[in-house]
Parts: sequence; structure tokens; C-alpha cells
Amino acid sequence: MSPHLLCILIPLLPLLGFVVNGLGFRKVPTSLVGIVGLAGPVLAFLCVCLLWGNFHAGNDAVIKTTLFDWISVGEMHINFSFQIDQLTMLMLGIVTGIGSLIHLYSIGYMNHDEGYGKFMAFLNLFLFFMLLLVLGSNFVIMFIGWEGVGLCSYLLIGFWNTNTSYNNAARKAFVMNRIGDLGFLLGIFTIMTTFGSVEYTDVFEQVVGMDVNAPVILTITLLLFVGAMGKSAQIPLFTWLPDAMAGPTPVSALIHAATMVTAGIYMVVRANVLFSMAPLTLDIIGGIAIATALLAASIGLLQNDIKKVLAYSTVSQLGYMFLGLGAAAYTAGMFHVITHAFFKALLFLGAGSVIHAMSNEQDIRNMGGLRKSLPITYWTFLVGTIAIAGIPPFAGFFSKDEILAHVYEHSKVLWALGLLGSAMTSFYMFRLLFLTFFGEFRGTDEQKHHLHESPLSMTLPLLVLAVLSVVGGFMNVPEVLGGHSVLAEFMSPLFDQARQANPALFEANALDHGTELMLMSISAGVAIVMAVVAYVMYVRNAAVPAPDSQVRSLPQQVVYGKYYIDDFYDRLIVRPVRGLGDAFYSLGEFVIDAVVGGVAWSVRSSAGVFRRAQSGSIGLYVLLMVLSITLFIALRFFNWKVFN
Amino acid sequence: MLTLFLILFPIVAATAVLFSTDTIAKTAALIGAIGELVIVGVVFFTFVANDQYQFGFDYAWFGAATNGSSGVRLSGAIDGISLLPVVLTGLVTPLIILSTFKQTYTRPTSFYALILFMQAALMGVFVARDGFLFYFFFEAALIPIYFLAAMWGGENRIAVTFKFFVYTIFGSLLMLVALVYLYRQTPLVSGAHSAAIADFYALNLSAKAQGWVFWAFFIAFAVKMPLFPFHTWQPDTYVESPTPATMLLAGIMLKMGVYGLIRLILPIVPEGVNIWGSTAMILAVIGIVYGAIIAVRQRDMKRLIAYSSFSHVGLMAAGVFSRSEMGLQGALIQMLAHGVNVVGLFFIAELILQRTGTRQLDQLGGITRNTPRLTVYFMIILLGSVALPLTNGFVGEFLLLSGVYGYNHYIGLAAGLTIIFGAVYMLRMYQKSMFGQPAPRTATFVDLAGSDSYVLLILCVFVFWMGLYPASFLKLTEPAVLNLMQFIK
Repeated sequence: MSPHLLCILIPLLPLLGFVVNGLGFRKVPTSLVGIVGLAGPVLAFLCVCLLWGNFHAGNDAVIKTTLFDWISVGEMHINFSFQIDQLTMLMLGIVTGIGSLIHLYSIGYMNHDEGYGKFMAFLNLFLFFMLLLVLGSNFVIMFIGWEGVGLCSYLLIGFWNTNTSYNNAARKAFVMNRIGDLGFLLGIFTIMTTFGSVEYTDVFEQVVGMDVNAPVILTITLLLFVGAMGKSAQIPLFTWLPDAMAGPTPVSALIHAATMVTAGIYMVVRANVLFSMAPLTLDIIGGIAIATALLAASIGLLQNDIKKVLAYSTVSQLGYMFLGLGAAAYTAGMFHVITHAFFKALLFLGAGSVIHAMSNEQDIRNMGGLRKSLPITYWTFLVGTIAIAGIPPFAGFFSKDEILAHVYEHSKVLWALGLLGSAMTSFYMFRLLFLTFFGEFRGTDEQKHHLHESPLSMTLPLLVLAVLSVVGGFMNVPEVLGGHSVLAEFMSPLFDQARQANPALFEANALDHGTELMLMSISAGVAIVMAVVAYVMYVRNAAVPAPDSQVRSLPQQVVYGKYYIDDFYDRLIVRPVRGLGDAFYSLGEFVIDAVVGGVAWSVRSSAGVFRRAQSGSIGLYVLLMVLSITLFIALRFFNWKVFN
Repeated sequence: MLTLFLILFPIVAATAVLFSTDTIAKTAALIGAIGELVIVGVVFFTFVANDQYQFGFDYAWFGAATNGSSGVRLSGAIDGISLLPVVLTGLVTPLIILSTFKQTYTRPTSFYALILFMQAALMGVFVARDGFLFYFFFEAALIPIYFLAAMWGGENRIAVTFKFFVYTIFGSLLMLVALVYLYRQTPLVSGAHSAAIADFYALNLSAKAQGWVFWAFFIAFAVKMPLFPFHTWQPDTYVESPTPATMLLAGIMLKMGVYGLIRLILPIVPEGVNIWGSTAMILAVIGIVYGAIIAVRQRDMKRLIAYSSFSHVGLMAAGVFSRSEMGLQGALIQMLAHGVNVVGLFFIAELILQRTGTRQLDQLGGITRNTPRLTVYFMIILLGSVALPLTNGFVGEFLLLSGVYGYNHYIGLAAGLTIIFGAVYMLRMYQKSMFGQPAPRTATFVDLAGSDSYVLLILCVFVFWMGLYPASFLKLTEPAVLNLMQFIK
């Protein structure tokens, strides 16, 4: 098949699934819902494989497919068009591959839910928009996908829509994302006025040759990054992501861990030429990233909800990805996107399996000892934990290490802080693992009786993802460990223009092998030590986190209360807006009415005519109106001279 | 000639309805409106995308000294700028009539006749090429809507419609003065002045005169739309009017104001816009934010939609005053998009009122349980109003905001807040009505069927058509907009 056709088929297939399951909701039989819902992503994945072959055969040359001229005003043509290059191929692989696994898992997880068909339809729709996001050949198509995935995220967070707190979480996610989207949109406008085009190729061509840190480039990159902050949950727009865990667990795995939330990283890597020309923006990104990584990791230390721990961990890992980007280590950032997609999807699906077995219990204080009854879930979760903690040779080790190595070249302080974060990561993840799967069961008898391993449709994705979490790191083994950095080589053409535009940024003194090995051993060592500490605390000493009723020390209280950031936003923004709304409505409208309407109201006393007009037969007035119109038209025959 | 039919056909239909019987009035009105829609369809599909006036008519009216001199003329035609408001009027009127099919209004012959008279007047406004003809229809449109609101409205209708009437009359009088002034400024040709709008474009007025004319026109249109701070008549009128009248007001009538800005203000007093345009733009943007913030706190669905409409229309005005091609194209397509969306939203509020007896959000909830159709249609129209990409609202807001941002970055940022606030108040409305546990009033909610369902389905088709392939509209308007741009530099 021609690559152009494949390009179109890839997003279209999930869209078809959405249409069938959506329009046929409650009409399509349950057994068919799963097949239809799964067919779209799986077929799309096959198309991606075919496309990969095509792409490779064409010497990795960029493939462009234009469907039609979408919005066109004056010289500005915004095409509905797709672009295939290395970055798109990677994202397509992740989105359709992991997407397929999670769709399969959802069949097992959701088929008893009365909204099963709707759920599969929404997941398909999400995939469609996510594919648009990564396939688009210009910023506006990316924006379509960007807002579209936000919509699906909204629909799926509030999937169980009789629950008000879930609905609030959904709305919060959408609104916070919209704040970011406004930044993105203004960034697009600035791109339009500066370059006269939104097409990636046109824009990037023109950037080469501009001044480094030119104000307009800084403006564009900062505005785009505001968009990324919203979608990828960075400070200050991160508080929606933990709340988003209200959605069914497959949603958390697919949207809020593996794919959608990495869209911000995709955007920066996609626009790497622009960002490379704005080192100042990169520094800001680096600062925000490390702050986010540490803040979220520290909150993760004390959380007791299995999904909340993973959610804060996601925020923190997204921080790491941006930390890499901030050091202009785009490949490393993407590498972490990929490995994180493997192990975080795995961990979330594992958590889903636990929640499923525990009859919807999510508090790890009420779990414990689950490894006996959930062996597959346990072993795969263990793999995911080792991977995310950064213990070699699992996937997370390689990607995180590459980020930290680049950060070290850039700034040793950032590196040390990054190391601190990875120590916390290792601790809270092993804490989660031990509290869930080790020790004695702490739940009710009823829960204990109900404990069971999940069906094959759920464990199969776990197994596949576990394998990927083990071997995923090998796609980019550094030279010092005898590898060939395959991923870096594959992605290299993406950064040609950036290197040409701002060579200084990429001239960083490469680390010698000794330092590199030392850094690796330090970070691996820290991860292992923290795992041991967690083991001692939660297995050897069998500590269980205190119930909510217990009084905590002040620092603990602050962290447990998530630094009261939500309350802060509530006081700073939400309540003032509400107050303003009330004040405008009750007072402002009155004052404006009095001032502007003063003239009008004074007429009222002499308006007896109008009052009389309100009584009597309406038919008569209509007749009068017709007559007066006729009269007006007839006036032309009388050659009325008033106007001369 | 088709343009003349566009005006006359609804008048004939209205007269027929007026003299029909109560039982067939509804159907007769619908047939009339569909007939008009067919004419509009012919116009739309045969319209040639150039900057010429098409399907026109032109007769002497009064004021001409001799045969052949211009004077005030009965002349109308359609160009790219008229086209979309004409399409809107043709499309929305039958839908409004269809939306009442499950309702019974007292004195139906008068009720439906008034709607059709209204349509005729609106068509007249959008096609008039003569300043006084424009004024005539601008005023004529007020009469049916006034009676609709005053006769079939809610409890406070008398006080509220009076306020509405006084506000608009006040604005219109200013416009009349300005028109007479402009008319007398046109050169005498064969002993007569000209009231042709095109001749007003050619006037060379002093900057001071342009300032006066600017404000006279601006206040007239600002009251109609309405723009901050001339809006206080609007929420009450929208709430108190019977919903079909609200739909006419918000769906079509307010576009008379936007249309006036584009057709009259920009090209006639370009210097006045140079001086005062930024003030107008700032008022418009204040309105966007102010209206949105009020909408966030509203409990009555209809009032909430009214404030959201007030907020949205501010963006259209801001786009017009950006005087960019983006802003103007955005305003034109948004006129159509907003008409579709706001009619849909008001209809949904009405449907909920009919089925539950209330529009108060705190008494609603959980409607979505047994109403797949309403849930989906409501969501689609809501997405259009919050400008989600691939819906109609996005195309309009994207172009408008880009125009405003190009004019001034900070004003653009302030206007862009509509993206955020729109999501806040719309999703709040949806959540409080559709989601959550069913309330006593919503427990037995019956899903849409028949005519109610068709109305929303057709609106949804437009939401996606305009969102997916806006070129089918933008291409038609572009030449006329470019032509207009020549007068405003």
C-alpha cells in the first residue's frame, strides 16, 4: 500500500471504531463491542508496521500527504496534511502499539460496566485524536489533536458521570488544559505572523539563520511551552493529573501515563529547531522540570492511593523528560518517553488488576500480601518497579541515565537534584510494591474471599509490557557499555537543522567514559540503596502508613496535603473569579444599567404611547405593519421630497 | 431578482399564515420557511465567488429629482458579506418553527406570521444596498420581535420589552441622523443626492465628522449586538422572551449589529475607525471577559446562555475592529457558527424546561441517564460553542483571535480568555444539568424524538460541516472581504 494511503488509514481506523461503537451504543452486542473496539487500534498498528517498512525503504525521507486545504485566509493556507518522519514513526509505534494492548486490557476490565460500548468508543476516539496530533504536518493539525485528546480525557475522567467529584476532576482537567491551550494558540498566531506559515518544514527552514535568543523566538517557544505545561502537567499546571485518576484505570494507563501527557515532550522535540534557537527558554524549561520532578516525587512519598502514587510518579517522570529537553538532549527525552510508556502503562495496568481483584479498593493500607493470589500481576509489577526505579539493565535505567548524563554536562547542581529525585522515585515505588504485595493482607474478609488473578485479556498486556520494560532500554545502549545508540542514530536527522542553526548548543563537551560510568554507578547505586531502605521499612519492620485520623508532624502534614497547592489556586483564582462574577452580576449590571440606561429610563415618563401599544389585538398590529411596509414601498410613486 | 423574492416570499407566506386557521398555522409557516430556505439554497449554491453583487434588484423609491437620478432607492443584492447572514436567516428560521412543533402557543396565526415577518425584515437588512432601505428593515425587524416578546413572553415581559424597545430605538435614532447626514453629503447628481451605501463609501468626510458618524453608527449596532456597556437590556429580554423569539434575537438579530459594523462603519468612516476603533475594540474585549465571568455564576440556563452569547459577540466585534482579513473572515463565519450554536443551546434549555419545569441548574442533574440523543446533541453543540477544533466555533474563534492578536498582543491575550472561561461555564452547565445523580424533576426525563430531534440533528450537521470544511464558506466570502479591505486602509 502506498504510504499516503497508510497515513490516512492509521487515524481513520480507530475513528471508524468510534463511529460504530458510538452510534451503536447499547445496540451492538457486548461480545462485538470488544472486537470492534480492538480492531481499530490493532489494524492501525499493522498499518504503522507497513508504513515503517515504506519509510525505511525510502531512505527515511520525510513523507508528506496533503488531504485538503482546511482553513485558508489570504496568503495563509492551513492544510489538513500529514507528515511522516522519524519522530512521527516513533510516536505512531507507541500510540498504536501500547494503545492496542490497553484496548485489549479494557475488554477484560470494562466488559461488565454498563457503559462498556461508550468506553471503547471514547478510547478509539482518543486514539484518533492522538494520531492526528503526531501525524499532523503543521502546528494547527497538532492543535486539533491536542484539544481533541483533551476532550477525550475529559470524557473518560468523568466516565462514571453520576459521581460529582469525578465530574469535577474531569472539568478541572479540561479547564487547566485550556489555559495551556491558550498559550499554544497564541504561539501559533505568533508563528503565523512571523513566518507566514504554520507548516513545520516552512517554519523550521526560516528559523535557521535567525539570531539565537531573538525575542520573537523566545516568545514563540515560551508560549508553546505554556501549552506543553498544561498537557504534560508541569508546574504550575500539574494539579489536574492526580485528580484525573478518577477515570477508569485503562484510561490512566493510556492517556494519563503513556501517550497524551507526553504530547508536550513531542511538541518540544517536534519544534526542536525553534527551541534550540532559544537557550533561554530551554533553561526555563529545565528549571520548571526539575522543580516539578522533585515536588511530585516528594508528594508521592506519602500517598496511600495506589493510583495517586503512580500519578505523582508520572508528573515527576514527565519532569525528567523535560529536564532532558532543557539540556537540549532531545533524543534522551524521547527515549524516556518511550521507556516510560512501557513501564508506566505496565504499572497502571498492574494497579488496575489489583483494584479489580480488590473489589475497587485503592488504598494500599488495606492491601498487603497480594503476591500469592495475584502472581502474574505481582511479577510484572515488580518488573515495572525495577524499570522505573532505574536499576540496570531494565529500561528506565538507560533512559533516565542518559538524561542525567546530559544534565551533568549542563549543570552539576541540576544533576544532583535529579539524582535526589531518582532516589525518591526508587523509594516510593518500592514502598508501593511492598505495601501492596508483601506482608499480611489488611483488607476485609469479603475482599480476601474475592481475591483472584485477572483474566488473560488483562494479564497478556501485562506480560508484553513487562518484556518491553525489561528490554526496552537496549534500543539506545550508550557506547561506553558497548552499545551503538541505535535510537540516537535513528533520530539524528531530526536535529540537523537545529545543529545548523545553533551549533554552540550542541558543542557541549562530551563526557569521558570514566565519568559516564561513574555517573551510572552512582544513580544505579542510589536506586538500589533506596529500594533496600524501603524493604527494611515496609517488609522487615512491616510498617504501615498511618490512618488519616492520626496527627502528623508539620512537614509531613504539608507534604501529605500536597503542599496545599490546590487550596492556594482555589483562594487565588477560583474564588476571586466567583466573587467577581457575583459582584458583576448583582452590582456591576445595576450600575451600568443606571448610568447607560439613565437616558432611556427618563424617556419612560413620556412613554404612554408604548404602554398603550401593549393592549389590544395583536392581529391588528401585524396588519398595521404589513400596511406600513406596503405604504413605504408605495412611497416611491409619490416622489416624496423630504430628503432633498 | 432572487434577492427581492427573498424579502417578498416570507411576507406573502406570513400573510397567508395570518389568515389561515389555528390548526394549520404551524405547518403553513414551516412550509413557507422551507420555501424560503429553497431560495436561499439556490442563492448559496449558484453564488459565484467574486466581489460582485449578485441576484440584485433596483427600483427608484423617493427623493429622485428626475428620472435617472439616484435618490433613495429600493435596491438590494447579495455579495460575499451578505451571503452568510442570508444563509443563516434562511437556515435558522425553519428550524425555529420546527422547534415549536411540540408546543402550543396561543394565537398561533399571529405568532407564526410574526416570525415570518421577522425573517423578511432580517433578509432585507442583510441585502439592502441603500442606506435608508437598510434603516427601514433594521427598524422593521424590531416590530415583530417586540410583539413576540411582549405578547408571548414571561411574567416580567412588559417592563423588559419596554427597556429593550427604548434601548434599540435610541440607538436607531442615532443611526438615522447619521444616515441623513451622509445622504446630504453625497454629491448632487442630476439634482438628487444618493443614499446608496456604495456612494457613502466614496465620501470624503473630515476626521471630525467621521468621529461623529462613527459613534452614531457604533451605538446603534452596539445596542443591537449588544456590546459592553450597552447590554443590560439583553439578558432579561432573552430570558423573558418565548424561546423562539430568543432564538431569533440571539441567532439572527444580533448579527444585524455585526453586519452593520462590517458593511457600514468600516468602509464609510475609515478615519473614524482609525481614531475610535481601539476604544470600540477595548469595549468589546471588556465585554468578552465581563460577560464570561458573569456566565460562570449563572444558575438559570437561559440566562447563562444569554451572557455567553454576549461574551461571544464581543469577540466578533473585536475581530471586525482588528480590520484584518483574518478578523473579518472570522467574524463572517462566526456569525453563522454562533447563530447555529446559540439557537441549539437555547432550544436545549427550552426542551429541559418543558420536560422538568425548570431551567435552574441546581434543580437539574442526571439527565444523561436515559437520553442518548439529547446527551450527544447537547455535547456536540457545546463543543461548537467552546470552539473545539473540527467544530464550527473553532474556525471562527481561531480567525477572530488571530486577527485581534495581530492587532495587539495584550488585547489578543485578554480576548483569548474566552477560550478558558467558555470551557468553564459551558462544562459547568453541562455537568449540572446532564451529569450527577438524577434530581426529582429529572428522574423521568424522556429522550428527544421527532421534530425536536431533527432540529438538533440539522444543527449538529452544520457544526461539523463548518468545522471540517470551512472552505465551502470562506471561499465565497473572501473576494468581497478583500474588496472591502480596500476601503478601510
